[in-house]
Amino acid sequence: MKCLAIAKKDIMMYYLKGPVVIFGILLPLFLFLAFWIGRDLPLNFLMAGLISMTVFFASTSVSPVIAPWEGQMRTLERLLACPVSTSTIIFGDIIASLSFGICMSFIPLLLAFCLGFTPNPVIIPAILLATFCFSCLGLLFSAYPTNLPSTVMMISSLVRFPLIFVSGIFIPVQELPAWGKVVSMISPLTYFTDIARDSFGMSPFLPIYLDFIILAGFSIGFLVLAIKLHEHALLRRL
Amino acid sequence: MMAIEAEDLKKRFGDVEALKGVSFKVKRGEIFGFLGPNGAGKTTTVRILTGIIKPDFGKARVNGYDVVEETLKAKESIGVLPEVSNAYPDLTAWQNIMLIASLYGMRKRDAEARANELLKEFGIYERKDAKVRGFSKGMKQRLMLCMALISDPEILFLDEPTSGLDVQSARMIREKILEIANERKTVFLTSHNMDEVNMMCDRIAIINRGKIVTIDTPERLKSRVGGSVAIEVSFGGKVELNIENAEKVGDKYVIYTTDPYKTICEVVDFARKSSAEIVSINTRTPTLEDAFLKLLEAEG
Repeated sequence: MKCLAIAKKDIMMYYLKGPVVIFGILLPLFLFLAFWIGRDLPLNFLMAGLISMTVFFASTSVSPVIAPWEGQMRTLERLLACPVSTSTIIFGDIIASLSFGICMSFIPLLLAFCLGFTPNPVIIPAILLATFCFSCLGLLFSAYPTNLPSTVMMISSLVRFPLIFVSGIFIPVQELPAWGKVVSMISPLTYFTDIARDSFGMSPFLPIYLDFIILAGFSIGFLVLAIKLHEHALLRRL
Repeated sequence: MMAIEAEDLKKRFGDVEALKGVSFKVKRGEIFGFLGPNGAGKTTTVRILTGIIKPDFGKARVNGYDVVEETLKAKESIGVLPEVSNAYPDLTAWQNIMLIASLYGMRKRDAEARANELLKEFGIYERKDAKVRGFSKGMKQRLMLCMALISDPEILFLDEPTSGLDVQSARMIREKILEIANERKTVFLTSHNMDEVNMMCDRIAIINRGKIVTIDTPERLKSRVGGSVAIEVSFGGKVELNIENAEKVGDKYVIYTTDPYKTICEVVDFARKSSAEIVSINTRTPTLEDAFLKLLEAEG
């Protein structure tokens, strides 16, 4: 299980890095507060939104920074000289990233229980699938072969923030105009938010099974693309 | 079976042709030196042989495995100390070694026993639980060598292993390399340190502008320099020495000659005629560095 060794290394090296803490923990909290304070919104709507944001930001905060940091610290060549394939390295990075997303998702879930909610258990497999999907998406941000983590964080912010606003977190997809509905369909976060809404007792926009299928489709697409792109990008970082 | 075989390797990066058909063979148990100026293609060759990059053309086999078709098997039989490389600074020495052991698929018990042995041998056992961030350059390099040796590889690729190290660390690493070769293991050594290469290598390949210039033993390479003796002479003031084959090197002139008596007489005559003071005059056999520079000069 060489990918687990890589994941363990990633966890020890990168979980406490500044951008990971800022984008993975603090940002969803501040966005939630900005969204919540001064607005009269139902608590179950807020909780579903908080879980979606936390899972999304946490799962996309670790995977993009690993490759540029490895390049910058000059540890990449040592890693590539070991008997491991690019896919193994990518899977290791994904495991580290999704583990962070899963751990972070416990915080809003715990908060929901404290506030008296008992979400539908369907949220658990949805979190597992979504953290995998978003971790793969995070890897796509670092496919641009730079060794500057700040550049990668800028690229990821350019993608992540618009996705937050079109994925039904702040405004349910049902209430978006027709063009907004079309745009929301290109975001994988829309489908996880839809499942989260359902698990907190609100009516989903799509049937839940369809949300799972589309999320799985996005995951496979992102994974294949990430492996292909990183096969070239990793060597250009040397 | 040869330990390493490279056959007509070619590699291009954009407009730059890094390798233009590199071929050589390295026997088992040999310490094989790989020399060349910066940008000659050394690192590209090493990266192809260690399975990090693929050649555009040509074949390479390491321990009998094709580095393109059987990359993982080839990698399993080698240990690598890359030139521009680092251990993970936020991990301890122990965690770094165990990470590499896991990536080589070693059993935990075997890896721990081997790691303890290597850390003691290289004098960093006492610091095994300290983060690498606080290590000196010499300690980091010794740790990198421990990481390269953890899997007890048949073939070791060392890229500038003693570059910038203190005398003690450099000597320790050189002694270890010789010990490894005594165990009939193969060492592929890239270095800019000519004394080190001269002292340790069985054979040397010189690469320039992506092509192998020559492959030979250190002694034979030295004997290829124009004359068998180098005369070093330094003068008290600024002097233009007009003698055939005289080259200015720092504050002295070096003249390669097959007739040292005649050349010394010419130097003394020159000093007398031009009233120049001879501060020192020495004869020595050409060094590997002389041979290296001459061969590159001949290449243009």
